[in-house]
Amino acid sequence: MSEFLQQLINGLSLGAIYALIALGYTMVYGVLRFINFAHSDVFMVGAFIGYYVGRHLPEGTVWGGLIAMAAAMAGCAVLGIGIERLVYRPLRSGPTLNVLITAIGMSLFLEYSGQLVFGATPRAFPSIFPAKLIEVHGLIVSMNQVIVIVVAAVLMVALEFAVFKTKIGTAMRAVALNPKAAQLVGINIDVVISFTFGLGSALAGAGGVLYALNYPSIDPLMGLVPGLKAFVAAVLGGVGNIPGAALGALILGMVETFVDGSRWSTYKDAIAFATLIGILLFRPAGLLGRFTAEKV
Amino acid sequence: MPAAAPFPARAARPLLALASGLAAFALRADDPVRVGEYASLTGKEASWGQSSHKGITMAVEEINAAGGVLGRRIELITEDNQSVPGQSATAAKKLIARDKVVALLGEVSSGRSLEAAPVAQGARIPMIAPASTNPKVTQVGSYIFRVCFIDSFQASVIAKFVGGELKARRVAILSSVSNAYSVGLARIFRERFAAAGGVISGEQKYSEGDKDFRAQLTAIGAAGCDAVFVPGYYEEAALIVRQARDLGLAMPFVGGDGWVSDQLLLIGGDALNGCYYSTHFSPENDSPVVRRFVSGYRARWENETPDAFAALGYDAVGVLADAIRRAGSTEGPRLRDAIAGTRNFMGATGETTIDANRDASKPATIIAIRGGRLNYLEAVAP
Repeated sequence: MSEFLQQLINGLSLGAIYALIALGYTMVYGVLRFINFAHSDVFMVGAFIGYYVGRHLPEGTVWGGLIAMAAAMAGCAVLGIGIERLVYRPLRSGPTLNVLITAIGMSLFLEYSGQLVFGATPRAFPSIFPAKLIEVHGLIVSMNQVIVIVVAAVLMVALEFAVFKTKIGTAMRAVALNPKAAQLVGINIDVVISFTFGLGSALAGAGGVLYALNYPSIDPLMGLVPGLKAFVAAVLGGVGNIPGAALGALILGMVETFVDGSRWSTYKDAIAFATLIGILLFRPAGLLGRFTAEKV
Repeated sequence: MPAAAPFPARAARPLLALASGLAAFALRADDPVRVGEYASLTGKEASWGQSSHKGITMAVEEINAAGGVLGRRIELITEDNQSVPGQSATAAKKLIARDKVVALLGEVSSGRSLEAAPVAQGARIPMIAPASTNPKVTQVGSYIFRVCFIDSFQASVIAKFVGGELKARRVAILSSVSNAYSVGLARIFRERFAAAGGVISGEQKYSEGDKDFRAQLTAIGAAGCDAVFVPGYYEEAALIVRQARDLGLAMPFVGGDGWVSDQLLLIGGDALNGCYYSTHFSPENDSPVVRRFVSGYRARWENETPDAFAALGYDAVGVLADAIRRAGSTEGPRLRDAIAGTRNFMGATGETTIDANRDASKPATIIAIRGGRLNYLEAVAP
């Protein structure tokens, strides 16, 4: 029983990180109907910002950790807005496929520029938050896991609030529903899209720092695997749907963890992706996604 | 591959003439002897490529300073495979076809040596792997050699150490599914440890690129064991031990030479105290060859202490140069025979004798990590 609960905690902390990345994918998709493949590399840049800022802060303090995370979020928001402004916006009126291919190009550009700037060798990430073990009835939770889960939950609630309770959130939803009509009622689409990219990238930046905190070895290609998993999570939950992304990420984290802890750990990815296929067979639009026929 | 399409004889003759002309050109006395090296100079296992490259470079410089081989300089041509699967065969092809190297040196990782070995074998260019320990590497063919011990020896040394010195009865194994070295070492360890009366309490797997091992470690902890064997590479090993300590697992973790890297302690930190691994070389050895190598290496590379892969890279060049001298030629088949005839070559990692399987038998050294430092515990002779 305690092993089961321990695995539950492990799965929760893994799922929380996937969720933070998945939210960025799903928000951009919701507003623009395209998958921003460079998102996982913004996540990597977030980890590196955390690394450089964290080295200049005293290790193991809460405020130091929060500063590093805030810096990563701000840096990534600027990067995300910049990418959208310079790369995606000029292509927005063209076919979606063009933007999609450009996004893949942007992803490779960030990865290999990262190798040039940061070097390809993995680096040890400083322990910026206080490291402590919390033991409750034989269950062991590390401080980092708690921080990941709490920060992810807080950011998700804040996001939900921003999207449903603020003016810019309403504008975002309006653009997602119908960009032309939104423009007609006086919404500045450019501002809304920049904001969406900024918000999504800030979450990815926070995800990068939290990921590096838990797995303290970072390199320019570190975004690949978690990015792919988070994308899968977003699709699983229904791409374009914010609670769906969180739910999908949680399910993926749990499935991976329980398979890893069983005799079938060899087939972890196979089982995780088979679950995805299984769910999509029965719910083609994802768990919480609404199926809408594409207008031709 | 099927044989090449029949060539019109008329076309073949001038080509042959051209080829022999090129060969004659390549053998001019003032031409350097070109040796190709492919290594993971960047990427995930960059620390290995950097170490072996430094050892190899230092050996080549020493030989050239002493007049080279056969009156010619050795020119080292290096290709970086970025630690990425699929790059080593390309690098080997490029070195052989474009740079016309007479021999290949590489790699530390068995997986990447296995990629390049068929290319070297097909071109009849001898290849010496400095530190690939998987038995399959030299089984690729008659042109593939190594100057380190193999995993069956390493696994039995570790199995004996875990059962003997550590007095562990129940041992769990956490290995990678997609890494030839890890799979091989885990398999042989399981056999040897079980044969010695030990119990394997559980076996968990991870795949390359994984960073979360908490699920596997939780299962290992729940099954209960006295020690955990992690036959992986240093980055994963460091993360595994850290996460294990986070989960409250205090037993020793034991690894093989995949743990050798200055990055291990940087990433793993204090969590690694009380862990052990086996390796090829100890810079604390006070034999004159080792002392000369260590002081020469420190002088050449900014006071850095050589690790096992630097020493093995150094010895790979030594064995190759010795074979070229004995062969009196750099021609593939003759060079191959000379390398195969290496007996009692004295190098930084001890005496190298190439056996009938083109492997070397070398002593293994056990290292204990204590107080954030590497301590040389014992050397086990083959």
